[in-house]
Parts: sequence; structure tokens; C-alpha cells
Amino acid sequence: MKSFWPVRVVGGFARFWWDFLVGDTPELFVATVTILAVVALVRLTGENALAVTVFPLFTMTALGLSLWRARR
Amino acid sequence: MVLVTSSSSQFVLVGAVFLACAVEMVEALTIVVAVGHTQGWRPALRGALVAVLTLGALVAVVGPALAHVPLDPLRLVVGGVLLVFGLQWLRKAVLRAGGVLGKHDEDAIYQRTVEKIGSDASQAQARRVAFVLAFKGVFLEGLEVVIIVITLGTSARRLGLASLAALAALVLVGGVGLIVARQLSKVPENAMKMTVGVLLVSYGTFFSGEGLKLRWPGDDATLAVLVAAYAVVTLLFVAAVRRAKRTAVGP
Repeated sequence: MKSFWPVRVVGGFARFWWDFLVGDTPELFVATVTILAVVALVRLTGENALAVTVFPLFTMTALGLSLWRARR
Repeated sequence: MVLVTSSSSQFVLVGAVFLACAVEMVEALTIVVAVGHTQGWRPALRGALVAVLTLGALVAVVGPALAHVPLDPLRLVVGGVLLVFGLQWLRKAVLRAGGVLGKHDEDAIYQRTVEKIGSDASQAQARRVAFVLAFKGVFLEGLEVVIIVITLGTSARRLGLASLAALAALVLVGGVGLIVARQLSKVPENAMKMTVGVLLVSYGTFFSGEGLKLRWPGDDATLAVLVAAYAVVTLLFVAAVRRAKRTAVGP
């Protein structure tokens, strides 16, 4: 049975973004959300220097972990 | 100083969009050339043109609409998207450079496309399939470029410049690609993909940081530092992956 066309459009749109952002590397999506949350918390405490330092460090750590996962 | 830092961030923006467009166009062009060689250039170019116009319309509609969104939340969301997207590109490029994943094979794509068209019985049907294949090839590959143009362009409030960079890549790479046709497999696609990945992750870090109200030391000049740092770490990752692969295979 065919579904109502707006449902199909919304479903297709959601699927597109899911494939685009999550796809076969969900760890990178989760890592990015986590990094942004942690950096936001550090920033809220007023530690700007710490926030700008850990942000790129966490990002590269996330890439390293994802590569390690791919190698296993 | 303001002029220097502002032009350096614009240079990164133009570079990221231009290279991303060029990388995606290599595969799209392979499909268009395969369609053109087997079914004639009319359905191939028509399919490609309709796809490019559709993608252009997407940028023209969505881009200006995003310009009305407040800058900080826009940069946070867009920066996050660029980070995820850039990390995905970098991961794939590092694994390919390290020999874990196979390189993108343009010759295989060409062969698959030719076989797809050749398997259709009637001439009219084959022409229809040729049009659809050329359209899909350009549209699907171009969609990623459109997202990069819109996200980078609106966050930097430089949608016009980002669109121009994509257009320049389209004309330049498209023109050269059609002339050299079957030699597209010689394009150093993975190195370009890795460069785009570094630029997207750098922009993603910078913009989402701005969205979180971080004060980057050196303002826009931080972008150049981020690009350099991420590039160095990426090369270290490539070396590490290669070494791990050699160790796993043994002497």
C-alpha cells in the first residue's frame, strides 16, 4: 500500500539527512555532538582559552578513534 | 591586518568550495562522458544541464532564505554539519591513502554506466535512460557541493563568492574534463578529497566555535592555523594507517 505523498516527502527528506550526517559513521556524528556540548559547557564556565584548545584536540581524537574503529 | 585575515578566510572559503566541486565533478563527468560516448552527447549534456540548473535553483532558493536566520545559531548548526561532513571526507581519504579502502575507480564507473545503457533494448528507451543517468550522476554528486556552498556561503555571509567559486570549478573542470574525457581516472581525486576534508573541518571548528561565542585568538587568522594543524595531524594519521597495514600484512 502506498503512503500519503507528504509522508513520503518528509520521510525521504529525513532519510537524506540521516544518510548524509550519520550514514555508516555514526561515531563521527555522536562525537561531533558531544564535542560541541563539552565545548559549550567549558565556555559557560568562562574558560575561553581552554575551550579553544580542547576543541581541535577533541576533533582530531574523534577522527583517530573512527580510523581505529575502521582498521579493526 | 583586518584585510589580510579577511582575505585569508575568503581564500580558504573559495579553495574549499572550488576543490569540493572539482572532486564531485570528476565522478559526475565520468558518467556524463560514458553516456555521451555510447548514446550521443545530446541526452548526456541535456541531462547534465537540467541537473546543474536544478542545483543552481536550490542554492538560489535556500541560500538567501538562510541569510535571515540569526548568525550565531546558524553558525553553530552549520559548523556542526561541516564538522561531521568534513570528518567523513577526511576519514575516507585517510583510509584510501593508507591502502585500507580501495581508491575511487573512474574506469569501473565508466564501464558500469556503459553496460547500464547497453542493456536497454529499444533506442528510445536507451536515450531516456541516458538522460536519466546523466541527470542523476550530476545531481547526486552536485548535491554535496550545494550543501557545502550553502553552509559555507551563508555562515561567512559570502554566498555570492561561494557560488562563484563553484561555478568557476564547474566551467573549468567541466571544460577540461570533457576534453581529456577518458583520462579522468588520472585526477588525484583522493588528495583533493583530503584537502577539502581538512578545509571543511577547519571551517566547521571555526564557525561552530563562533556560534558558541568562543573568542578565537587572532580572529579570522585562526582559520589558517586550524588548516595547518589539521593538515599535519591528517598526514600523521595516513602514516600511522599505512604502518598498521604493513604490520598486519607482515614482511
